[in-house]
Amino acid sequence: MSESSDKTLFEQLGGEAAVDAAVDIFYRRVLSDYRINRFFDNTDMDQQAAKQKAFLTMAFGGPANYSGTDMRTAHAKFVKMGLDDSHFDAVVEHLAGTLQELNVPDALIEQVAAIAETTRNDVLGR
Amino acid sequence: MTEQKIQLGEQSILCKPDESLLNALLREQVDISHSCHQGACQSCLLRSLDGAPPIEAQHGLKEGLKKQNYFLACLCYPQQAMRIAHRHHTDFMTHGTVSAKQALNAETLLLTLDLDEPMDYYAGQFVNLQRDDGLSRSYSIANNRIHSKQLSFHIRRLAGGRFSSWTHEDLNLGDRIAVSEPQGLCYYLPDKPDSPLLLIGTGSGLAPLAGIISEALHQGHKGDIYLYHGSRDLNGLYWVEEMQALAEAHANFHYHPCISSGEPPDHVFAGRANDIAFSQLPDLKGWRIYLCGHPDMVSNTRRQAFLKGASLSDIYADAFHVASGSLD
Repeated sequence: MSESSDKTLFEQLGGEAAVDAAVDIFYRRVLSDYRINRFFDNTDMDQQAAKQKAFLTMAFGGPANYSGTDMRTAHAKFVKMGLDDSHFDAVVEHLAGTLQELNVPDALIEQVAAIAETTRNDVLGR
Repeated sequence: MTEQKIQLGEQSILCKPDESLLNALLREQVDISHSCHQGACQSCLLRSLDGAPPIEAQHGLKEGLKKQNYFLACLCYPQQAMRIAHRHHTDFMTHGTVSAKQALNAETLLLTLDLDEPMDYYAGQFVNLQRDDGLSRSYSIANNRIHSKQLSFHIRRLAGGRFSSWTHEDLNLGDRIAVSEPQGLCYYLPDKPDSPLLLIGTGSGLAPLAGIISEALHQGHKGDIYLYHGSRDLNGLYWVEEMQALAEAHANFHYHPCISSGEPPDHVFAGRANDIAFSQLPDLKGWRIYLCGHPDMVSNTRRQAFLKGASLSDIYADAFHVASGSLD
């Protein structure tokens, strides 16, 4: 058995330090993207970044302390604003792009994208 | 491990072994904001009053918060008795005597107070000043840390502003005023002496920035320091000669006064301070940013600075919310 398969995805990615490295890059990417930045137009950027960090921690396979219901509640107002699959796809695209910028191997990026994918229906309120 | 006694104001509770402080507070029905329970959302921020809290309880906090012994209740497993306070601890702690009043321009007053006792503050922090009848307002400290018993403030007269009118008109030399403990996280940190600093302020937002610059130069900051001070017109600018003299005395300090309307004289830039700063400084990766002034300016500029490469944890902002009228 290879060494990497003994470790969890979160450990292979570098744990919380990796989340810290990713959060600025990820947030900068979504804020710069005209397709989705209106959903991230929160004046409290520290609070927004903390939410992104919680999301990245979950997507990286780390400890997640929120439920599908929390995801639904938190995104309900965005669904009213027109949040749909295209926006969700754009966020997943930036998640992958962020990890590519950090030179994460493709196999791990696929696993992260797969975890993010599990939240799609909750985020979109379906 | 044993139970630890936790004192929060008048209330004292016991934190059980292997219980987080947040859970102990919630068990005792203490009203404390909280959300993620894992150190991400930082809603359960508290402050230790007896010195440094457990180091793991400060994980992920900004350096400024750490230095002031802030910590997260959800990550805190007390190893000893603690005295703690909510994040905004607003007890008035000392008094000052008015020792000078000087007009900086038609609408801004330089107020100097001599404190009864020395205060441990950082240049750029603010205090609440309180009149006898309880009317209270927040003002940024405009001087560096050399004067531990003297604080100066730039008090701009606001239309309908009860406190600012009172300080301009009725407050006299020798009068006494209550002063809170210093607050706020927008201040100079000496941990990165080589990193470039960008400071953008509008109106009396110059006050904390001037304190930060003075402190940085006093501590021998080596990186370049760029100040953009904006106002609508020339009448709103002040300390122009003082800042120019400082720039002449320090090769790494660069001063840019800006006016957003009217024809500027030679040494003044035409346009909004944030626009001029970003047109001159395209890449802010590795910079530390300080923003003070109108809330809209602070909010927009913060975003622009982040998009230009500054790390969120390196952007320090102090938005001046006013109790009366409008501020520009």
